[in-house]
Parts: sequence; structure tokens; C-alpha cells
Amino acid sequence: MLKVTIDNIEIRVEEGTTILQAARMIGGKVVPPAMCYYSKLKGSGGKCRSCLVKVVKGSAKDTRPMPKLVASCSTPVQDGMVVENTISEEVQEARKGVVEFLLINHPLDCPVCDQAGECDLQDLSFGFGMEETSTVEPRREYPVVDIGKLIKLHMNRCIHCYRCVLAAEQLTKKRAHGMLYRGDTMEISTFIQTAIDSDFSGNMIDVCPVGALTDRTFRFKSRVWFLNPMNAHRECSKCGGRVTAWMFGNEIYRITGRKDQFGEVEEFICNECRFEKKDINDWVIEGERKIKRQSVISGNHYEHLKKGSIIHPIEGTTEPQE
Amino acid sequence: MQDNKIKHHLFVRENKSVAFSGKTLEKVNSLISRYPEGRQKSALLPVLHIAQEELGGYLSVDVMDYVALLLNLNPMEVYEVATFYSMFYLEQVGKYVLEVCHTGPCAICGGEEVLQHIKDYLHIDTGETTPDGMFTLKEVECLGACGSGPSMQVNTEFYEHMTAKQVEKVIEDLRQKTEEEGSSKGWAEQFS
Amino acid sequence: MGRAILLDKANIPGIRAFGVYRAHGGYNAAGKGLLEMTPAQVQQEVIKSGLRGRGGAGFPTGLKWSFLDRKSTRPRYLVCNADESEPGTFKDRYLMEKLPHLLIEGLILSSYALGVRTCYIYIRGEFKYLVGILETAIREAKKNNYLGEKILGTDFSLEIYVHPGAGAYICGEETALLESLEGKRGNPRIKPPFPAYKGLYDCPTVVNNVETLAAVAPVIGMGGETYSKLGFGKSTGTKLMSACGNINKPGVYEIEMGLPVEDFIYSDEYCGGIKNGKMLKAVIPGGSSVPILPADLILNTSRGEARLLTYESLAEGGFESGSMLGSGGFIVYDEDACIVRNTWNLTRFYRHESCGQCSPCREGTGWMERILYRIEHGKGRMSDIDLLVRVAKNIEGNTICPLGDAAAWPVASAIRHFRGEFEAHIK
Repeated sequence: MLKVTIDNIEIRVEEGTTILQAARMIGGKVVPPAMCYYSKLKGSGGKCRSCLVKVVKGSAKDTRPMPKLVASCSTPVQDGMVVENTISEEVQEARKGVVEFLLINHPLDCPVCDQAGECDLQDLSFGFGMEETSTVEPRREYPVVDIGKLIKLHMNRCIHCYRCVLAAEQLTKKRAHGMLYRGDTMEISTFIQTAIDSDFSGNMIDVCPVGALTDRTFRFKSRVWFLNPMNAHRECSKCGGRVTAWMFGNEIYRITGRKDQFGEVEEFICNECRFEKKDINDWVIEGERKIKRQSVISGNHYEHLKKGSIIHPIEGTTEPQE
Repeated sequence: MQDNKIKHHLFVRENKSVAFSGKTLEKVNSLISRYPEGRQKSALLPVLHIAQEELGGYLSVDVMDYVALLLNLNPMEVYEVATFYSMFYLEQVGKYVLEVCHTGPCAICGGEEVLQHIKDYLHIDTGETTPDGMFTLKEVECLGACGSGPSMQVNTEFYEHMTAKQVEKVIEDLRQKTEEEGSSKGWAEQFS
Repeated sequence: MGRAILLDKANIPGIRAFGVYRAHGGYNAAGKGLLEMTPAQVQQEVIKSGLRGRGGAGFPTGLKWSFLDRKSTRPRYLVCNADESEPGTFKDRYLMEKLPHLLIEGLILSSYALGVRTCYIYIRGEFKYLVGILETAIREAKKNNYLGEKILGTDFSLEIYVHPGAGAYICGEETALLESLEGKRGNPRIKPPFPAYKGLYDCPTVVNNVETLAAVAPVIGMGGETYSKLGFGKSTGTKLMSACGNINKPGVYEIEMGLPVEDFIYSDEYCGGIKNGKMLKAVIPGGSSVPILPADLILNTSRGEARLLTYESLAEGGFESGSMLGSGGFIVYDEDACIVRNTWNLTRFYRHESCGQCSPCREGTGWMERILYRIEHGKGRMSDIDLLVRVAKNIEGNTICPLGDAAAWPVASAIRHFRGEFEAHIK
């Protein structure tokens, strides 16, 4: 076991654990935000740079600090490593910079975005965003594209996290979309006129941290915070059939995977469960699902939060700021 | 202010049949054998170069699908790669592609003027092709010929120390050039 | 100081051919290494020589080699980085065009030292004609038993293959290069793991620049210790400088490290002074990504000492008043050059070449370019100058690979040294 200290909290972890995973084990406010890392998708992480932390001591053996901030999601823990996240001014500044970069070309169309209320970028911006924009240039504009009748792609909102590409690669037989072009013209696309249809393509929506990929069967139906998330299950031949049914009264508005405290689904679900089973009789409703994240979705507003504090994904861990 | 509209569009699979000649196919197989078993994807860039040169001058969806088949890849992997590298053309280009360097060192010794002169001379803007299909003009970033700038490549052949007068001559010479004179060795011939 | 050990044979007619190269003492070093020395001894000589990476970072080559995972049972690879794409840099192209066999000789010795049996030369696609030149040289070397099975009757076998890129500056970054060599998009990998442990095909891999690997031949030929006596201090040996911009004699020059910058610019042996009798305004001494320095600071350090062409002297003063030797791409600007336009131009380059993988570089390079475009085109605001500094700072150090730094440094340094010019553009 390796000993690592994050924001003065010590924990012992298995070899191969990353700083971010160790922080998640500690929980609470030391957990860095993650926009591209997704523990269930192999090869994810390292790209968005919002989880940057400072390693002030490399290990017990090599006590030197690391020269640059490192992506906590992809940096393995060394024995005796000392990490600073919330207590480092430098980290907070860098994170603000990253959020600004993620926002300069974002359309900020939250009022008409189905992801609003459960959007990782919204949370991150609330914590680290600036009051005013420093750009005067027009924002990047992609043509709007439909990728099949089930999924809507708003490329303008994409933060290029690669999660949907990895999900398609790892969950479906033949990936039909990918990351095309490069630099700031890079885009998620099918390249040719085609529809994405595979039994598990809907998971791309769940792993998308923003409103770039949304459920067309739920489009403009309701704001997420007006719905009651219910754990539900059914017998399914393709997936585990364990889902969250988002309900208003007795009506199911949408089906998603069951997301954990870090916004990751516990299990991937099939398209039949997600898109075709909207009748309450299709499901055994288990009861209300507690949304364990401190976001608009958990109560129609950011509770107890003042500007500049981090949105912590774990229920009850946000400390009221004085 | 620069506009910030991304102009990519979706392509169409025409299902035209395309194939390398037997000789080229042999070369492609020998290229694949340079990489370890199961790593045939490594041959993708060289094979795409050959495909672009020998199968129509640009990488149509059909050509890329054919390359995917040869290398046992998901066509999407080929599209991802083809759109990443600037030497691959996704649309029909002219017989000669004039690629003028406009990066720092070439720019300070006249690259921008050369570029402007070609625009005026051929009446096309960058990215456009002359109506007779002879010339396509492109601005490119550093060609690694900064000491002999302004530099330009025409179908991957280097032209250096360009001036307004010089490019006119290059263009006129290319117009006169017959098929028999041909150009320098193609991609396939570069490899042993 | 005109000591040539890399390019000494460059002007011999027909030197590109195996026979001529051999007749002039070529492959003697390969023979010496393979027949008289063990692989460990060859590596030891490279360590002793003090040879440092010529691609830009200047990391000690022998030390880099010593990181290679020798416990692994997987094949090892040596990859020659010939993706020369840094604006202002054209030395590797010159070396490969003139002396392909020198590179091959260096590759043989390096592969022998590292226990490598397969070596790839990753060359930028725009150098298509060099692919043919190198492949021909490889074929000749093979025919003469310097490559292939049981080289010179020893148990050492080696194959070298040339692999073309297809237009992407980022593939000069070693892990992006490896991705590209595997047939993928040139996205730099997240490190660790480093290539020495998990490189090409997840196997232990060393990636070195063309000039670095070519220099291994003279290092073995003359012995590491002799080589280490060339140059100045920790900058041992010779360096290829590619000089361009507003000078009388642009070209590739081999200098012994320690040559004063002033001599390099003004001596007829090298750049031959500023073109048209103009005044020197600024120099980017190590390829477009290193900080630009105004005339006074490139000729002398802020302490008043003559600036020398060494890793240390060019870096003297840190980023406040110094720069870097980098790749040796030496870009000279005369009094008429517009620093704002030039900074915009180079930033456009980095925007175009960003792979787009990580947020600070993808968004930051584009943002800087758009701000600089505005300033250059008369739409600048005074607050843009500090905004540029802030954006550059937010990119620097926070990206997956050094392209972010490479894009940030030219902007930060141009404003540091030529702020007045930016202000004048905006007013």
C-alpha cells in the first residue's frame, strides 16, 4: 500500500491508484473536478485539465516537487506523495484558467439546453468561472447535425472530452462517429451522412458532461429539476435493466443510467430501455433516487454556496462558506 | 473581426469501386510487412499518401473505405486520421496544388507577397481551384525550407526562393508540361 | 571555430552514394563500434561525450538511453525523429539530403548500444523526396552488410524503415510521433508512462532527433572524451544552426558550441551580416517557439557578457532576458520587421498545429491568434496586451505536451521586450 497526502489528509491506496481516485476515496472537498475522466471508460482522462493539482513532494524516495501541475486523473500515486488541491492558490488559478478556456467558445445557451441543471460545465463554471467574459470575438459555430433519430448533437457545446468516442468504441461493435479534424476546429462527427444506431449508443448521452449529446426523445420536454428521479428496473435481455426513471406524476419523461456521486453511471444501459420503455407499466419502480450532487438538480438551486467555492459532487460535503 | 464558423460538412459514400493496381498492391503489402504482426494500422499514413496520389488526387470516402478494408480497420479510424493531417485532401483538387508557405521566416522574406501575386495571377483565392482544374492554391504552414524562402510545394515538390516573377514562370512551365515529362517519383516509388 | 565533424563530408561530390561515403572514411565508426566495442561501451562513450538532444530540449542523450527499460522481454525500438517542422529549423533536412549514410551510421551504432533490432525514421511527409534518398541509402547499406542480418559478421542484426508523416507539426513531440507511427492521429500521450518503458507498440522505445543520432557516429569515431572537449562547458561538440530571415547568407552552418552570437550573425563565414546593410532588431535563436530577444540582449546578456551559442549562455537570464538554443533555428529580424505581425503569424502557426486534445492549448492558441489578428488589423484594445499575457500564462505548463509552452513563449516574450510596439499598433 502506498501512502499519499492530499490537502493534508492522509490515505493509503493500492499501487496504480491515481491521485484523483485517491481523492475520491477520501471524498469531500478534496476531490478535483473531472470533465473528461470517466472511471468506466478505459483511456479516458488527461485532456480537459480541470483536475490539475500540485504535487509538492513526489514521493518518500524522491522528495522533489513535480515541476508542473499534473492531471490528477492520470498521475499515479507514489508512496509518500504530497498533493495540494484546494489549498493551493496556484491550482485554483490554473483551474480558473481552464474553465475560462472551456467557456470562451461555449455558446452559454443554458436556458435552452436540456443538460442545464445536471451539467458538469455549469457546476464547474459556478465554482471557477469569471463574472464577465474577456472575449469580444464571435464564438465558434458548427453546423448543427443530427446523428440519428435518438441523439442530438450540439457541437457548439462540446468540450472535446472524448468520452462519447470511448463509449462508442468500448460499448458498441463498430464505432460510427469519432473525433475529426484538429485543433480548435476539431469536432465529433460521423464524417459521412449516416445514423448512429447500435443497441448501446444512448450511453453517449449519459457520459457527455455537457449538453453536446442529448436525448431527442426528451428534447425540450422538461427541465430536469422539475422531475423526480426514481430507481426502476425491468427484465432486459440486452442490459441489466437497472435505470433511473425521471418522472412527473405517473409519467416517465426519460430514462437514464443510474449516476453515482461523481456523475458516472453505475451500469451502462441499452437503447431499448432508454428510448422505448416510457410507460410506467414497463418498469418496477423501486423508489426515489437521491441525487448525490450539489448542483441545480438537487434542489433547483446551488445550496449554501458562495461564488468561488467548489461544487462538490458528494451529498452533504459542501461546507457553507462564510 | 475573423468569423468563427466551422465549415466542415458531411460527406457522401458513393460506393464507386476503387482499387490499386497489382503493382501498387504489392508495394502496399510490402509496406505493411515493415510493421509487426497485427500492427498493420501503422502503414496507414504511407498507404493514404499512395492512395491519394494514385486514386483520384484526393481521399474520397470510397478511397478511404478501400484503405480501411486493406488494413482491416474501421473506416472511422481512417476518417479520423485523414482529417488530422494537413497533407490529405478531402475534396477534389486541381492537377497541381500550389502550397505556399506563409509562416514566420518565409513571411518576412516575401512569402505573403508571393501568395498575393498567385491570387492575382490565377484569379483565385486560397482554397480555390482555377476553372480549368489546373491549379489549386493553398496556404501552408512551415515547409522546413526557411533558409531558401519564400518556399512553395507543388504536388510535394519543392520550389524555393520564390518571387512574383518566379512563380509566374513556375505556373507557366506547369501549364506546358506534358504527361510524358511526368513529375518526380511518386510515393510508391519512394519506398524500396 | 569552423570545426565540422558532421558536415565535413557534405560537399564531396557524390557523397550520397555508399561507395563515396565509405571511401572517405564513412562507416569506420560503425565498424569500430560493432567489431571492437560492446554495446555498453558504445553507450558509455555517448555518456562521456556529453552529447545532448539536438531536437530542442537539450536533454543528455546518454542519460536518456540509460532510462530504457532493459528488463522488459519485449522488443525495443529506436525511432529517429525527422519530423523537422519548427519554423526556422531546416538542419535535419540538409543533413539527410547531403549525408544520408551519416544518419544511418549513427542509427547503427545507437541501435547496437540500445539492443534494438528495428529502427524507424519518422520523417515529415513534406520531405517526400528524402524518403527515396534515405530508402536508397538503406538499400545500399544493406547490400554492403551494414544493415540486415549479422552485420559485419557479428550477431547484431538491424532493419531500418522510413515512415512518412503527413503534415502535422505536433508529431515532432515524441509521443505524438509514436501515435502517428502507429497509424493514429498525432495526439501526444499522457505521461507517465514514458516511451523508455511504454513507447512504440507499448514496447521500450528511445526517440532521438536526426542530428543527435548522426552525431553518435563522430562520437564513436573520435571517442567520447575527445568529443567532450569540443564546445564550451556543458555544451559539448558541434551544433547545426539553420539561419534564416533578414541576413545575407541564410543556410545551415555547423558551429562549435561556444561561438559568440555576434560572430555568427556578422561573420562572412556564417550569416554574413544583416541584409541590405540594415540594423539588427531581434533574433529568435532556437526555432520559433523559444523567446524572441531584442538586438542588445541577443548579442550580450543582461550582465553585459557576450552571448554565446551554447545551451547555457542563450538561457542566461531566464525568460526575463534570455532565451534557449532549442533546435538551432536562428531567425533574424531587421529594423523593418514588425514584431506584432510576426507574433500574430507565429501564433497562427501554433493554432493551426495544435492537436486540439487538451483545453488550454486548443482554446488558448486560437484565442491568442484572434486577439493578435485584431491588434494587427487595427481593432486592438489596450487591455488586450495584458489579456494576451494572462492567456499565455494560463496555457504555459498546463497542457499535455510542450506545444502549449511553445505557443505561449513567443507571445509572452514579444510583449516583454516589445510592449511599446504593441501599444503603438493599438493607438
